[in-house]
Amino acid sequence: MALMVVKFDLKKRVKLAQTVWFMYWFAVMAGVLLFSMGLFFKIELRKRSELMDNNESHFLPNLLILMGLIACAINGVGGKICYDSLDPSKFAKWKPMLKTFLVFCVGFNALLLVTALLCFLMRIPLQFTLAEGLKNGMKYYKDTDTPGRCYMKRTLDLMQMEFRCCGNDNYRDWFEIQWVSNRYLDFTAKEVKDRIGSNVDGQYLMDGVPFSCCNPGSPRPCIQIQMTNNSAHYSYDHYTEELNIWRRGCRDALLSYYGGMMNTIGALVVLITMLEVAVTIGLQYIDSSLSTLVNPEDPESESEGWVLEKTVKETFTDIMAKMKSLTKGGKVEESSEAAVETVS
Amino acid sequence: MAVLRVKFTKTKRDKLAQVLWILNWISVVTGAILFSLGLFLKVEINKRVEVMAERDIQYMPNMLIAVGLIACAINFLGGKICYDCVDSTKFLRWKLIMLPYIICTFFFTFCVLVGALMCYSMRGELEESLNLGLTEAMKFYKDTDTPGRCFLKRTVDILQIEFKCCGNSGYRDWFQMQWISNRYLDMSQKEVVDRLRSNVEGKYLMDAAPFSCCNVNSPRPCIQKQITNNSAHFNYEHQTEELNLWMKGCRQALLEHYNYIMQSIGLAVLITWLFELSVLTGVRYLQTSLENVLRQGDPNSESDGWLLENSFIETARINLNIIKSLGKSNQIDEANNGDPNINVPSTSKAHYGPDNVPPKQMSESS
Repeated sequence: MALMVVKFDLKKRVKLAQTVWFMYWFAVMAGVLLFSMGLFFKIELRKRSELMDNNESHFLPNLLILMGLIACAINGVGGKICYDSLDPSKFAKWKPMLKTFLVFCVGFNALLLVTALLCFLMRIPLQFTLAEGLKNGMKYYKDTDTPGRCYMKRTLDLMQMEFRCCGNDNYRDWFEIQWVSNRYLDFTAKEVKDRIGSNVDGQYLMDGVPFSCCNPGSPRPCIQIQMTNNSAHYSYDHYTEELNIWRRGCRDALLSYYGGMMNTIGALVVLITMLEVAVTIGLQYIDSSLSTLVNPEDPESESEGWVLEKTVKETFTDIMAKMKSLTKGGKVEESSEAAVETVS
Repeated sequence: MAVLRVKFTKTKRDKLAQVLWILNWISVVTGAILFSLGLFLKVEINKRVEVMAERDIQYMPNMLIAVGLIACAINFLGGKICYDCVDSTKFLRWKLIMLPYIICTFFFTFCVLVGALMCYSMRGELEESLNLGLTEAMKFYKDTDTPGRCFLKRTVDILQIEFKCCGNSGYRDWFQMQWISNRYLDMSQKEVVDRLRSNVEGKYLMDAAPFSCCNVNSPRPCIQKQITNNSAHFNYEHQTEELNLWMKGCRQALLEHYNYIMQSIGLAVLITWLFELSVLTGVRYLQTSLENVLRQGDPNSESDGWLLENSFIETARINLNIIKSLGKSNQIDEANNGDPNINVPSTSKAHYGPDNVPPKQMSESS
């Protein structure tokens, strides 16, 4: 008993071929969309690679780009097949390779689904990469004279302003590192000597943050130095002050940005997978309906179309048997060779 | 002597009509592009309307939007006319409308040219508007508790960060106004009272700028307070320090931004104008050649097409005479003593059909 049998006459077959051809053009555009999404994601990762410790894995965007290109190619070929299926002489050209093409399509669809799953799972390694990268970035904030790191200050400042965040977990991360370069510290001043002497590493620590942490929505001019000292500023209570600087941590902000992007891409890939499955089923119907013509000479005769020739269980056992015979075929040849050798 | 006379065979006429049909559709697309450019400019101006004083600068995008819509409509009609012109019977439908259509489109292309020139002339008005608007916005920077002005601080900060600028003409503009609200000044401190007393208007002035003026490219943490005091900061000389704050004024930065937009729009409008003019020339040739075909009677024959039937001077003279006679038609005709009912014998020859044979005289006898 075949799976999902549908009867076809000539008119229905023509309509099916036209619909599936139309859908294949949409699928080609979906392939282009997939390619461009992969490209966009790659560029976004590249833009902030300094903050990711140069360690970020480009596996997912590369996979998306590859899948996009393959999708375009497959759907182009599929569309051509559909277009030719209306003409029996042209279709005869495609007939022999159609079965393998369909199997390839099914494999490609499974791969697309795996890609969609990866999009949702990639968030976790990204979290670790970001945490490490931001910590190092802040450590090198002051090294504006070290070649290779001189742009870290600029990158961090621009990022904090763009994503409206401050520090790694929150603004207090800036209190634990020295972010003022030694070139701008007057070592003869008592205050500087006191601060440097006050901790083990000899770092100039202060309860201040860079200007890029400032919130433009604050009603008062930004307070970036002596932040924990309420008496240093008039009418200021740092426990209740929420609008002065950004309260969010940059790891959180970047993670939600990239997480949102990957969720959107993952959802789109799932939709594209569904479209691909639909066109594959359509092509299978075209193939089966054109190969079961009641009267092979008469193109106007009726025919049947199906998704699977036998039931799911029977098809599965058939595939298992085929794979077993492929592996056994190798073994039989070996034993016969050994027998030949022993005989001679 | 006709202006730029060209001979047209039937196939040449048909081809011209088809080409013009396609070109008219392309012109519809360019009209839509003009419309969207006008919309884009309107949105860009409205985004920063808070730092612009009341000046008449909205006319520019509104005019672009109107021109874009009219161009779409005119070229849509032109496309329909050209499509019908392939068939000479359908041309009869449009025959009377074509000449007024061509004249209207000709005047419309003048409007498009004026629009293109206005793009380049808006600069002066915009500069004036930005100058006044920015000064006002900086004056109200501190009024974050006044309803209606409470967002000006945020707007100015974001503007300075985005356009990488500081103050109106430079960062020194901030030294001349009080940008800290009185709510955050400790009036009991001697230093505050001294500063307030040091100028006529009682404003708290200092040589400091808001944090949004800080340059991200600076190798050292931003110096925003005591900018002119070299001894307040280690290894600092404010006369040579260029990377600390943004050196550009916001008026200049915004002007550059808008100039770039308007130059691009002006170029697009000029190209559209040239395109429209060429389509109009084609339609004129099509109209004159089809009218001549009708005059000759044979739809498959050759005909002439021209821009103007007579030379420029003669055409101008004829049109002036027409306008004069329009004025005269209201006056009474003096020739027949003002009586319109007297039969004046016709001086032109009667036309007796295609063979021009006068009818035989009917014999009196039955």
